[in-house]
Amino acid sequence: MVHGRQDKLISAGLLAILIGFAFLSLFPVLSLLVASLSPASDLMRYGLAPELFFSSFDLENYRVIFGPEGSRYWTWYLNSIIVSSMLIALSLFFSSMVGYALAMYEFPGKRFIFIMVLLVLMIPFEIMMLPLFQLVITLGLIDTYFGTILPLIVAPVAVFFFRQYSLGLPKEVMEAARVDGCTEYGIFFRIMVPLMLPSFAAMAIFQGLISWNNFLWPLLVLRSNDMLTLPIGLATLLTPYGTNYQLLFAGAMLSIVPIVILFLVFQRYFIAGLMSGSVKG
Amino acid sequence: MQLTQFLSRRRAQKAESRSPLFSFLYSRKIAPYLFVSPFILSVLVLYLYPFYSAIQMSFQRVLPGQVFYVGLENYERVMNPIFFRALQNTSIYVVLTVILLTVLPLMLALILNHRLTRWSNFFRAAIFIPALTSVVVAGTIFRLIFGESDQALANQVLSFIGFSPLDWRYEAWTAMFLMVAMATWRWLGVNVIYFLAALQTVNNDLTEAASMDGANALQRFRHVTLPAIKPIIVFLVTITIINGFRMFEESYVLWESSSPGYIGLTVVRYIYREGIQNNALGFGAAVGIILLAIIFVVSMIQLYLTGAFKKEH
Repeated sequence: MVHGRQDKLISAGLLAILIGFAFLSLFPVLSLLVASLSPASDLMRYGLAPELFFSSFDLENYRVIFGPEGSRYWTWYLNSIIVSSMLIALSLFFSSMVGYALAMYEFPGKRFIFIMVLLVLMIPFEIMMLPLFQLVITLGLIDTYFGTILPLIVAPVAVFFFRQYSLGLPKEVMEAARVDGCTEYGIFFRIMVPLMLPSFAAMAIFQGLISWNNFLWPLLVLRSNDMLTLPIGLATLLTPYGTNYQLLFAGAMLSIVPIVILFLVFQRYFIAGLMSGSVKG
Repeated sequence: MQLTQFLSRRRAQKAESRSPLFSFLYSRKIAPYLFVSPFILSVLVLYLYPFYSAIQMSFQRVLPGQVFYVGLENYERVMNPIFFRALQNTSIYVVLTVILLTVLPLMLALILNHRLTRWSNFFRAAIFIPALTSVVVAGTIFRLIFGESDQALANQVLSFIGFSPLDWRYEAWTAMFLMVAMATWRWLGVNVIYFLAALQTVNNDLTEAASMDGANALQRFRHVTLPAIKPIIVFLVTITIINGFRMFEESYVLWESSSPGYIGLTVVRYIYREGIQNNALGFGAAVGIILLAIIFVVSMIQLYLTGAFKKEH
């Protein structure tokens, strides 16, 4: 009996802590929703007043964003979709091949390459940012989609993840396929890739999230207003002297909606993708 | 199925009969190298070349069309009060985020994993949602809540509990608070998930045996749980240190031009300011190399202290 009561007390205490943290996590998102439904021009100057949580909603910001003035916001949105899709397609294609080969083949130099994967995983991108910037200028890739994704195409994290995943693939199948005359590439693309689909889903989400929110590199590469991705575009509105706060608040809100929906639907893959960095080899 | 097998056999035969080069590329010895070639290429072009180039650049003054070797001049010039201010800000930020982003997520993961916790899936998702926001969105929200005026939410809360309102983005310690709070808000849920995964590897029999032997919750944590999740703690501390030294975005979205008295300047922001905005590529590269050295030394010390270099057992 005493035990039961103690359990109930502990349970209530834990619940209280969790509610507290869930509140701290969700409240800022709620604040953004309220901000997007409030008159925009005063917000940046005076900040978000608590009264606004209880005042009537104003759809003006959304009217602006869906109106003619909002067209550049939707250009940024489209750019973000293009850049993220390109990155997902290319990085999954290349990283999966590399990770797969590191797991399934024995070949001279394999250990060396794997150590390289781990080493480049540790080098901070910011160190190489200036030479890469110069390189992108030299190649004429400044202000292009491809220049924006170039440094991320073969992500060492993804290589590592696909290697870990491939270690669990059935090697006997390879032999059988070879006997049947399947080429090495045929084995990968037609037999193994279908078996690796869950890992593709996890990495697609992981790379997509990274690309959708990527900031520093696109800030360097992208120049013209109609090439900007969402974070860079929104950042241009984030000034004390701006005149387009309607786009900023409604736009910030609309930029997280698809990601949150994706997260709620594919939670399992999000978590698998995130764990990619921590799997010990 | 048989048809595809037949086709692939035909194709393989054709490949063999086609040309020596073709059969060479399709051989089992060469295939793995073709598979890893994108990585090798990208390491050469996107890592080794820029890395080498960054070192070289740090000894140069780079002007349009002209490059001068200036020896150690860039490094000497880096040793200035503004750089040290940036380094100081960054170091404080690293220490605070390492503490907050290890202790809080571990605590939350233990709670979420507790047998008496209900709705843990819901809470896990709720705490994770900030990780989905971009730093610009987070910056927008934080600037709204922590606005300078007396009407802004944070200041109203302060005056409600009897404090005077603050100029959040204009004082050194509140500026640091904003940057650390923003990073903690966004990354808490990610680290919770890492810890939750690690906790699944803790041997339940061992925990039960310990509790049969009369170990209390704290003792069980120290002697059973903690050793089991130590690798993930080392991993997260390492990652948080590296990410902390790389910090740029939180500073950028809070002060889009420059922060008063450099209170929001970080080392990477300094690289951006000098290397990109002031076009001093050599100087910026030198700051980068120094940063790399600092990250390397700090990571080594950290790994040494946590015993990552010691042999297992």
